[in-house]
Amino acid sequence: MTSAVLAPDGPAANRRSARGGLPLTPVSGLGLGVAMLWFSLLVLIPLAAVVVTASQGGWGGLWQTVTNEQTAAAIRLTVGTAALVTLVNIVMGTLIAWVLVRDRFAGKRALEILIDVPFALPTIVAGLVLLSLYGPDSPLGVNVANTRAAVFLAFLFVTLPFIVRTVQPVLAELDPEIEEAAASLGASRLTTFRRIILPSLTPAIAAGAALSFARGISEYGSLVLLSGNLPMRTEVASVRILSSIENDNPDSAAAVAVVLLTISFAVIVVLDLVQRRVVRRG
Amino acid sequence: MSIEIANVGKRFGGFVALDDVSVSIPAGQLTALLGPSGGGKSTLLRIIAGLERADTGRVEIDGVDATSLPPQKRNVGFVFQHYAAFKHLSVRRNVAFGLEIRKRPKADIRNRVDELLALVHLEQFADRLPSQLSGGQRQRMALARALAVEPTVLLLDEPFGALDAKVRKELRDWLRRLHDEVHVTTVFVTHDQEEALEVADEIVVINEGRVEQIGPPDELYDRPANDFVMRFLGPVTQLGGLLVRPHDLQIHAGDGKPAAVPGRITRITRVGFEIRIEVTTNAGQVVAVTLTRNEFLALGLHDRASVHLTVAPDSPTVATTSRPRASASASLAASR
Amino acid sequence: MADHSRTTGTRVGGPGPVRHLLRLVVTTYLFLLVAWPLYLVGRNAFADGFVDLTAILTDPDVTHALRLTVVIAVAAVMINTVFGVGISILLVRYNFPGTRLLNALLDVPLSVSPIVVGLALVLVYGGREGWFGPTLEAAGLQIIFAVPGMVLATVFVALPLVIREVVPVLEELGDDQEQAARSLGANALQTFRRITLPSIKWGVIYGVVLSLARSLGEFGAVKVVSGNVLGQTRTATLVVEEKYLNFDKGGAYATAFLLALVAVASIIVVSALRPKEDR
Repeated sequence: MTSAVLAPDGPAANRRSARGGLPLTPVSGLGLGVAMLWFSLLVLIPLAAVVVTASQGGWGGLWQTVTNEQTAAAIRLTVGTAALVTLVNIVMGTLIAWVLVRDRFAGKRALEILIDVPFALPTIVAGLVLLSLYGPDSPLGVNVANTRAAVFLAFLFVTLPFIVRTVQPVLAELDPEIEEAAASLGASRLTTFRRIILPSLTPAIAAGAALSFARGISEYGSLVLLSGNLPMRTEVASVRILSSIENDNPDSAAAVAVVLLTISFAVIVVLDLVQRRVVRRG
Repeated sequence: MSIEIANVGKRFGGFVALDDVSVSIPAGQLTALLGPSGGGKSTLLRIIAGLERADTGRVEIDGVDATSLPPQKRNVGFVFQHYAAFKHLSVRRNVAFGLEIRKRPKADIRNRVDELLALVHLEQFADRLPSQLSGGQRQRMALARALAVEPTVLLLDEPFGALDAKVRKELRDWLRRLHDEVHVTTVFVTHDQEEALEVADEIVVINEGRVEQIGPPDELYDRPANDFVMRFLGPVTQLGGLLVRPHDLQIHAGDGKPAAVPGRITRITRVGFEIRIEVTTNAGQVVAVTLTRNEFLALGLHDRASVHLTVAPDSPTVATTSRPRASASASLAASR
Repeated sequence: MADHSRTTGTRVGGPGPVRHLLRLVVTTYLFLLVAWPLYLVGRNAFADGFVDLTAILTDPDVTHALRLTVVIAVAAVMINTVFGVGISILLVRYNFPGTRLLNALLDVPLSVSPIVVGLALVLVYGGREGWFGPTLEAAGLQIIFAVPGMVLATVFVALPLVIREVVPVLEELGDDQEQAARSLGANALQTFRRITLPSIKWGVIYGVVLSLARSLGEFGAVKVVSGNVLGQTRTATLVVEEKYLNFDKGGAYATAFLLALVAVASIIVVSALRPKEDR
């Protein structure tokens, strides 16, 4: 306080936001009740049924099912390929988002639409689509049908939008002035990207990667026509579950399903932690 | 159409927004709720409107207990700081909204809306969307919309807070004139003491969830109840143990009367017609004095000159020790 | 999904050569992964002119499947729209314990394999051994291997889509306008119909279009719960599989083409509408 005059002006800035939402009224409470009942009947109880069915044989039974040679191979292939595809998506998805946000050229709009195609296209059609370019009649002469490459390709296709669509809005909000400031301080483009841009994108990339991985390990439809579902070679976890269901063996179907659910939740939780950490540090 | 607020309390989690507040707001007048941000004045206004529910106490509007009435049953007009314009409706439909809800005949609605648009000078903008209006026009539309339903009371939450200084001043004069025409009991929230002093018939000073003082502008300015009100309503400086307004200090060249405080001029700043002088007393206290240009010239003052200071007769002063330290520092923080 | 491109003026991804290289890499990648294969499906569908398309459209089993697909998708979208808009408003505007948990649970269907969805529904609603199935069947309501189960499966997989579109719009909108409506005398229903719904209209429309695309194309979950009975519970996506495996590639490509057409049209509709609303 150097000034002797205590000027009384009250700026309206940093007004505390007092309201966090309305308390439930009888009508909205009833609405919430109905919604929760529906959600439980549709999602929560059925998923609980999967877990309960899987645990009926005890830990031993569960372990035996998932360590069955063919099942274990399917789980390994699924998780491994999903992880690999997610890594590719981290690089390509970020790159695509970058080009879509920062570059301007004719046909960019068409690329925007292409990104969303895998999201809206029925998975069985996706399989057929890939088969037409990478199958036996390939105009490129590349035939990956019934190989592990087909699994990789199918995962790559169906998970395409996730990282692009989570990174894009964050990148668009990123102030170009920050990059200019870094450049004016002598940072090279690469340094600017690594030290300034990448850290701000990490939470979005992590969120997209979680979605991408979860989508990958749960994929079924696009593989039906493409991978041939060869046991021990191209059979994925979802196909194992389906054949257990068809063989009237819901217990082992549920066991594999629980493994899939557990892995995808674990990945979501881990990547959520990564996000929070980065946010807290940033 | 008076409003009675009795023993109202409100908490948000651990934060006490209002602490046992009782105010009675007289009918037909323009009342300002004045205080620093976060002091509870907006919460009180929202409780009157029913947009917030008080934890304790009672609210009576026009003699009717409104404590547990939902907002749509209170017949209050509420004007929001950021206008809350219905973005998908034209200006006309915005103003007509409350009447349409009340299922008034179409022709009546039309006439009433035309009348109101004329009142707020927006006739030629009737078919525009809010996004095509300026901030001041949007705020006038919001006011017309609130007045359309002929509310028992009109409540305005920092109505001019989001506008730039010039528009703000215009709307302030206009609100005063409008009120003189319409005469609806009006309560507005502001953190700007000049706005409150200029427009209101009655001012309620609220700080830290409590009412500090209630009264007409002159009374508040001339007889502040405590140092918070004194500080909040205008610039103050300290002379010895007294808070006093810099323009209520008299400055005498050379050696003066025995009661005067001796000192030396340490800085002179001219801001337009006003001369701000900093005097360091012999006790080492830095005191601010403001003079008009003519007074300054008549006294022939210059830097480093020895002077004496006295408080002009009948000027409001408050002893700085009249309140616990904690509150005094809070009011300082609020004035930053 | 969103057209998030924002014109950032001349500040682009680097000096000329790098920018062009990146552009080339991205374009080639998308061309090889999506555009070219998609084009080939169209070409294969019309390899013999309109013969294949005419054949499937005159096959009563296929037209039945198409009709069934549409009926199921429309029912699922209606359910998800009502549920989605309702739960979004509850989540954004109201304060109740467990909001965060519910928020997380609502995204679960996105990361559950369609086969697991089917399995989960069979375990609960299966007529023979399900938790509730036998009771429901005794009451005359068959769910699994019937249309209700197929609707349930479709609702499950498309559940989060409307919510994910509407929640951000509601948050962005804030509750000022709703409060203003309340203070002007509107009750909850009037406020919703006159103020909230018109304001979130586009969010709801995107959600509906995306859900429709997803619902028309659901395959795995429906396959498990449908029993895939020709002329009864076979949907369009199941027709594609069946035709292809039975060496009727023309029929498979023609049906796939129809489904792809709807999917691509949905995306184009959404991306054409959205930028107008964003500003």
